[in-house]
Amino acid sequence: MALSGIQIYKMLPQINCKDCGFPTCLAFAMKLAAKQVELSSCPHVAEDAKAQLSEASEPPVRLVSLKANGHEVKAGNEVVMFRHEKTFYNKPGLFLRLKDSQPAGEIQAAAAEADGYCVNYVGRDLTLDGFAVEAVSGDAAAFASAIAAVRQASHRPLILISTDSTMIAAGLRAVDGENPLIYGANTGNWQAMTDLAKQHHASLAVIAESLDELADLTEKIKEAGVKDLVLDPAARDLSQSLALNTQIRRLALKKNFRPLGYPLISFPGEGSDPAQESVMAVHAITKYAGFIVLDHFAAETAYPLLVLRENIYTDPQKPIQVQPDIYEINNPGPDDPVLVTTNFSITYFSVANEIEGSGIPAWLVVTDAEGMSVLTAWAAGKFDAERIAKTIKSFNVADKVNRKRIVIPGHVAVLSGELEEELPDWEIRVGPREAIDLPAFIKQVL
Amino acid sequence: MAVEIPKDSWAGSVRVVTLGATPADGGTRSHTIMIGGQNTLPFMHFEKSTPHRPVIAVEIKDRRPEDWSGLLLEIWGDAANDPATWAKQAEVASADLLVLALTLTAADGSPTTPSMAVGAVKAALAATKLPLIVLGPGQADADNELLVPVAEATKGERLALGLCEDKNYRTIVAAAMANDHCVVARTPMDVNLAKQLNILIHDMGLPLDRIVMDPTTGALGYGIEYGYSVMERLRLAALQGDAMTQLPMMVTPGFEAWKTKESKFGQDVPETWGKWEERAINWETLTAMTLVESGADVVVLRHPESVRRVHQAITDLMTVPETV
Repeated sequence: MALSGIQIYKMLPQINCKDCGFPTCLAFAMKLAAKQVELSSCPHVAEDAKAQLSEASEPPVRLVSLKANGHEVKAGNEVVMFRHEKTFYNKPGLFLRLKDSQPAGEIQAAAAEADGYCVNYVGRDLTLDGFAVEAVSGDAAAFASAIAAVRQASHRPLILISTDSTMIAAGLRAVDGENPLIYGANTGNWQAMTDLAKQHHASLAVIAESLDELADLTEKIKEAGVKDLVLDPAARDLSQSLALNTQIRRLALKKNFRPLGYPLISFPGEGSDPAQESVMAVHAITKYAGFIVLDHFAAETAYPLLVLRENIYTDPQKPIQVQPDIYEINNPGPDDPVLVTTNFSITYFSVANEIEGSGIPAWLVVTDAEGMSVLTAWAAGKFDAERIAKTIKSFNVADKVNRKRIVIPGHVAVLSGELEEELPDWEIRVGPREAIDLPAFIKQVL
Repeated sequence: MAVEIPKDSWAGSVRVVTLGATPADGGTRSHTIMIGGQNTLPFMHFEKSTPHRPVIAVEIKDRRPEDWSGLLLEIWGDAANDPATWAKQAEVASADLLVLALTLTAADGSPTTPSMAVGAVKAALAATKLPLIVLGPGQADADNELLVPVAEATKGERLALGLCEDKNYRTIVAAAMANDHCVVARTPMDVNLAKQLNILIHDMGLPLDRIVMDPTTGALGYGIEYGYSVMERLRLAALQGDAMTQLPMMVTPGFEAWKTKESKFGQDVPETWGKWEERAINWETLTAMTLVESGADVVVLRHPESVRRVHQAITDLMTVPETV
């Protein structure tokens, strides 16, 4: 957690020498707290205070980044427990686990399928982030060739899984020049794993059954020179995993507890019931995982998880908006209906998708409602008769159609009276509440 | 290194609402369902125990809902033709309680009459011993016309009646008060609107322990993050001691998920959406689980496989870890 100006002031020499360019040490401390100046501007600060202050300026959850071939997956740098407090910044990376006991051809095919998967959601292309390759064969050559098979199919970042350092060493040699995540270090192997991580500039996952043990290990590994760590508190059931992830996030954010100030890794697919993998992944996405390793890939499970991740990591301070405009759907002509909605992207896409799918040509007038959905915007006074009328006029809708008639969403039926006053030449019709009912409404009612 | 676990300690707690009444209390249910009572954020067993687990209500209709997804009509089969059979099947699917949602019109297009509504509710009550929530068709006049006779005909059963909304709550609340029922109060994804409606209903004289609030949610991909955060904020406010937010929350992920294209349709959708049935069940299950994580006390679902998965997950979440 960031130090306050007063806390910083206590660590400064308090001699008001003005060498930093500020009149007093307190003024300098305030600027430091606001991150507007660098500590190096002060020539008199003691070494131990310098160490403390630079430590304090580090983020509470360390940013760990896995890079490979131009792809990057970042986790960490989070500052809140709840997304409404600010936002969640780095979407957890979704990785698919493949095991070296499978034939190389199968591994390559599975990796190719998952690597090529790309689904469009509200105009964005969503994909998985990488692969986790696990050494279960006990044969270093088999592990290296499994990794090579994945690399034949995908350039995305990798997680190498084994607690045997000879396996990891062979794996790292197979991806020389990348910085993968090694999974992982435990009380038995941490020295060898730390050496490998250092040598290959890899990140290192740390596995321990208790937070006490986990904190001990990260401190030892950090001391030995590896700072890019990822935590696995080793819980595989929902309840325990939710508790531990919450405790770790709280310790990092509220107590500024450095030994656990790292991103978390989750393995939702290890339960007995495969249908529960997505359910476990929900919890990993909502409650603080930085890397998520899945054991199954299918479009019908990947798509909802990718969408959930987008939703939870949407910045609540900035609704996703589309440009207010008059949108032409299915090439409308002057006799086709005019529909009105708001510029919240999901509202826009719901309406546009329905009309598009039905094949009915229509004009869709998108009002600037500051990115809110119909009901929310209406409740906030951002989608009222005045705004709608202004939009209709400013986009010269009247010049595009023969019949001056607009359809407003059913949820704001109350606006029709006021709209008739604002747009006296126009016929105001109340459409359905839900976008899904629009095609039937247009066919049957208009 | 001994790590000290940071524990939150809250001044407030959520009220307990009891749904259903046993013969001893003037009803006919074999057991009641208690929801709420939490004094921590969801499933923080290391702080305080969670008195009542989140429950699953299965939504059934008074007549076959032809506008529902083909997947749902297929899985429920003929049971969907008759509320009594449907209620029994929902109980078999391990529903904790039932939501009977009344339809605006009868099969022939004429308006649903009060006697039809009462008949459907009584049939559902007779068919199972589960507590019941009854929702009107969602239009103020029809809601009032149908829910009042339903409330009278089931006096003492401690149903929950809904949905009370800011434009239409008085009649439903009065009917609940006069006949020993609870109400469901729905507001559109806003903390202050939720509080305000609770205050209005409470001001009419209905005790707070007979109000369940429905803060409304969006489905996965269709605004779930708004519902999710509003629920987290409502629950935080409740724990901080804001009395008018200290009510259990009910949400309808089944309704929301099954109106999305992702769930409803198997044809003319992108290939990258994958297999229809599993995708649809995932859509409902993930929507529900996300809301359970944010504090839902009742999730209303439609597909029996979603019920199975969410039920299992809630059981897992309610398991107190040994190390705690």
